[in-house]
Parts: sequence; C-alpha cells; structure tokens
Amino acid sequence: MPLDLQAERLSLGYGERTIVHDLSLTLPKGKVTIIVGPNACGKSTFLRGLARLLPPASGRVLLDGKSIHSTPSREVALELGILPQGPIAPDGITVTDLVSRGRHVHQGWFRRWSGDDDDAVTAALTATGTLPLAARPVDELSGGQRQRVWIAMALAQRTGILLLDEPTTYLDISHQVEVLDLLTDLNEAEGTTVVIVLHELNLAFRYADHVVVMKDGAVVTAGDPNEVLTEQIIAEVFGMRCRLVDDPVSNTPMIVPIGRHRVGVQEA
Amino acid sequence: MSAGVVTTTRRRELARARTVAVALFVGVVAMFLLTLSYGDFQISLPDVVRSLLGRSTPAGVDYVMHDLRLPRASVAACAGLAFGLAGAIFQQLLRNPLASPDVIGVSQGATTAGIIMVMVLGLEGGVVAAAGLAGALVTALTIYALSWRKGVGGYRFILVGIGIGTVLTSITSYILTRSDVKVAAEAMIWLTGSVNGRTWPQIVPLAVSLLILVPLALILGRVLTGMQLGDDLATAFGVRVQWSRFALLIVAVCLTGMATSAAGPIAFVAFMSGPIAARMVGGGRPVLVQAALVGALLVLVADFIGSHLLGSRQFPVGVVTGVIGAPYLLWLLATANRSGRGG
Repeated sequence: MPLDLQAERLSLGYGERTIVHDLSLTLPKGKVTIIVGPNACGKSTFLRGLARLLPPASGRVLLDGKSIHSTPSREVALELGILPQGPIAPDGITVTDLVSRGRHVHQGWFRRWSGDDDDAVTAALTATGTLPLAARPVDELSGGQRQRVWIAMALAQRTGILLLDEPTTYLDISHQVEVLDLLTDLNEAEGTTVVIVLHELNLAFRYADHVVVMKDGAVVTAGDPNEVLTEQIIAEVFGMRCRLVDDPVSNTPMIVPIGRHRVGVQEA
Repeated sequence: MSAGVVTTTRRRELARARTVAVALFVGVVAMFLLTLSYGDFQISLPDVVRSLLGRSTPAGVDYVMHDLRLPRASVAACAGLAFGLAGAIFQQLLRNPLASPDVIGVSQGATTAGIIMVMVLGLEGGVVAAAGLAGALVTALTIYALSWRKGVGGYRFILVGIGIGTVLTSITSYILTRSDVKVAAEAMIWLTGSVNGRTWPQIVPLAVSLLILVPLALILGRVLTGMQLGDDLATAFGVRVQWSRFALLIVAVCLTGMATSAAGPIAFVAFMSGPIAARMVGGGRPVLVQAALVGALLVLVADFIGSHLLGSRQFPVGVVTGVIGAPYLLWLLATANRSGRGG
C-alpha cells in the first residue's frame, strides 16, 4: 500500500532564484496524477522537490505525515522512486545490470543479492516488455526500448509511489501511448501512486485520474480533468486560445488549439 | 515465474568479472616472482621461494633478494595497486576517464610536497611520506573547494585540477633549478617514478596504509553501482551522494599520496588501469578490484621492460608507463568529444 505524499507550503529554487512558490498539494493515494504546464512553470522542479532531489528553500514534503528531509534517505527510497529526466547509462551496461541497479536500496551490509531480487528484476522486465532484451547492452537499444528499460529499473525498486519526469520525451506517439498504458497497468495492478510530469496535454488529460495545472511555480487548478479544465484556464495558463472538445476515444477533455492561421471554421 | 534470463545474464557477468580478477591476480604473482628471479644475478624459482620462507640458500641470494629485489617488487606491486584503485575511484565518481589523480593534479600535490621536504628542508624518510600524503590531500581539497558550486561535478573539477597541477609542476621545476645539480638529478629519477633502490622504511608505510585503505575503498565503493547512474538516481536509491563522494575521494587521494611518496608519480598508471579493467570485464560495472590488479601488473611489467628489455641502459618505470600512457591520453582526447561523451 502506498504512503500518503503531500507538499506543504513548499518553495524550491536554485540559488537566489525561487521557482516554486509556497506550494501545497496532496497527491491522491493510489491514483495517476499528471502535472502539466508551460515550459519553465516549475513542474519538473516541483517533482524533484517531491523526490528530495532538491532541498526546499522553505516548507516541507510529507511522506506518511513525516518530513522526507528528516527521514533517512534509505527509508524514503523504499517507499518512493523517481525516474528523472534524461538519465545516463554507464557505457556497455547490459539491460539486466541496469534494471538490477533499481534493487540498490534493497541491498545492504547483511543482505546480498537474492532470488527475490532476481524475481523483482524479471517482473519489471516482463511488465515493460523488455525481457527479450535482458542480455543486450543498453547502448544498442532504440530510444523507445531504452525508455522502457529505464522505467523497468524504476519498477524494480518496488516502491508504492513512483514519480516520473517526462517519461515520454523523444518518443514517437505510439511509444508515448505504450509508456502511459504501462504506467496505468502498474497503477491498476499494484495500486501504485503514479505522478508524472508530462508535456503532451491531450494524453495527460486522457490518462490522468488527477491533473495538476501549474503556471509560474504555483498550482492553477487540480482535480479530475473532466471537472477542472476549461478553455479559459488553458488560455490563461498556456497563453493560447483553444477549444476544449470531448476526446472521441476516452471522453476526456481534448484541446484543439487556435492560432492565427487556418482557423476558418472557428472564425465562421 | 522463471527468473531464467536475468539469473543467467547476471551469473555470466559476475563469472567474467571473477575470471578476470583471478587471471590478473595470477599475472601479478607471476610478474612479482619474475622480478625476484630475473636479472644479472639469476635466482631459480625454488631458491626464490626458499629465500622468501627464510630457508638456507646459495651465497648471495639472500642479499639480492631481501635488499634489492624484494623491496623493488613490493613497491612496484603496492604502488601499482594504489594508483590503479585510486584512478578507478576518481574516474567512476566523476564519470570521466580524464578524471584520474595523475591528470588532475593530486599526484603533483604529493610530488611538490615531497620535493619541498627533500630539497628545501633536507628531510627524509617518514616525514616525506607524510608530506606526500598531506600534499595530495591539500591539493584535492583545494580543487574540491574551487570547483564547488552546489556540489561537485564533471568538467569543472577536471579543469580546475589540471590548472592546479600545472601550477604545482612549475613550483617543482623552480625548486629543482635552484638546487644542486647532483641532488636535482637524483630527485628527477623519483619525479619520473621509480621503484629502484627503495628501502623498507619507504615501503612499510605504503604497505600498512594499503591494509587500511583498500578494504575501506571496497566497502565504500559499493555505492558506486548507484552513483554511476548520476546523482539524481543515486539519491533516489537512498545513497548519501555528497558524503559518499567526499569519503571515497579522500580514500583515493590517500592512496595516491602514499604511493607517490614511495615510488614517485609513476605516469598514467592511475589513468590507464580503470579503462583497461573495464574493457577486460565488459558490461558497465565499477571494476575496482580489477583496476587495482591491472595497476599492479602495469607497474611490474613496465619496470621489467625498463630494466631488462631496453638494451644495456635501465629506464625508470615511469618512463615506460609514460610511453604507453601518452598515446592513450591523446586518443582519449581525440575521441571523447567526437562521440559526444566529453562531459
């Protein structure tokens, strides 16, 4: 069962520059939350703050009601995993070895690699459809395969909460859908709390149980995509007029952007 | 569910790493014995073993063994081990093959401190070893402080290190030019890196420090499997990144300082050992044990070449490793950025 994850008046930044301001938010337990917003709105920074990769300027992140900054990092690592943006694999590493690294926190002074670890790695490879690649070097894989391997590594950590920073970047549309399906499978099968920062709005609205819209380091609105999204909010947050129609496949909101050209029907 | 592929792949990789380590160890032992046995005064292997065990041997054997060759082989093996291990730790931590202590000025710190002790203050023995260690530590901390910007990473550390190394090298040269020619010539041999004419008081501190530093490095080095994937993922795995990096760097700096004091800055051993070991093992594991053994083997082989295979003249071991290492450095510089892995 995943623990509660909550940001309490969280401010984050780099040096003097504050990027996330006084942000309070509860991530719904056992749901898929997707954070969207324009470039530089602080969504990735917020995710890094949630995962203790960035110490807060002020405020706290609470895991099961306790501040993650005063909890030993290893204990946090058993409950909360994150896949950061653009991770780098060591040269020559095999898929099995890379995914095995996800078991790092489960190794210790007295606990060496065991059958449980083998099972966790195998399960992660199976879930991501990368088991046939197990013996291959990561360098030789395509972008889509590599991304699935990284997700497998995060899955192998077996945490109740999984944070992912733009896991579909550089993937073509079919692989984007594949990754989001995979994360939904995980959420449904294990009850994992999944938090994703995503660029692709229509996919975000389709796959999110809970959507968080951010602008200038603050949350503009958060909730069920069907209830909280309006054309005004999108226009205000992204600085672009649009129509919000029903996604014919999922009945979730779908953005149809309005630029200056090729909008004859709209004008009429 | 069958864990077949995962288990086999892991077993195969571990088996290869183990085989390489065993083969290297055998190679080190063989070269060690060869160094003891071969030379103008040939000693047969049975006599080598007998002498090592303190049994009676033909006339002259004990002297050549215990006063000449055993110190030489020991310092070569120990210094090589220390350089190889230190280099691999640096390269893994900073995720860059250029980031070895002999490229980024840590060895030069030990060298300059040693030269000041010997040439300016006229001291010898244990003080010089301590000064070498202190020199390496102060240099490393200076590089660390100057390149610190919310953590230490990659290229800034290396560039600052190269800069500091250059400053230290010019200080060393300045001291040499002010000194008596004869003393300076002797110092030059140490500066090149030499395992010839070492005495036990120079070797024992190194050997003792290895007994402490090597286990420490291997224990602390267990976090490297996490840290190889970057600071973010290491943190996500629960590794205390800054603390671990600092502790490992200190251990590696101590290894460098002690080895430099005993044998001089033997060129490029720290720099080459890690990549050679990685290539032999394959995969992407941090190969500390193998790198240490490669280091020991490199120094033993290079010393053997320098003293027996280059005609009647003997060359210090550092000349030989330098000749092998320099083209590798050039190759690395030429290819690093082309493949986009420079930083």
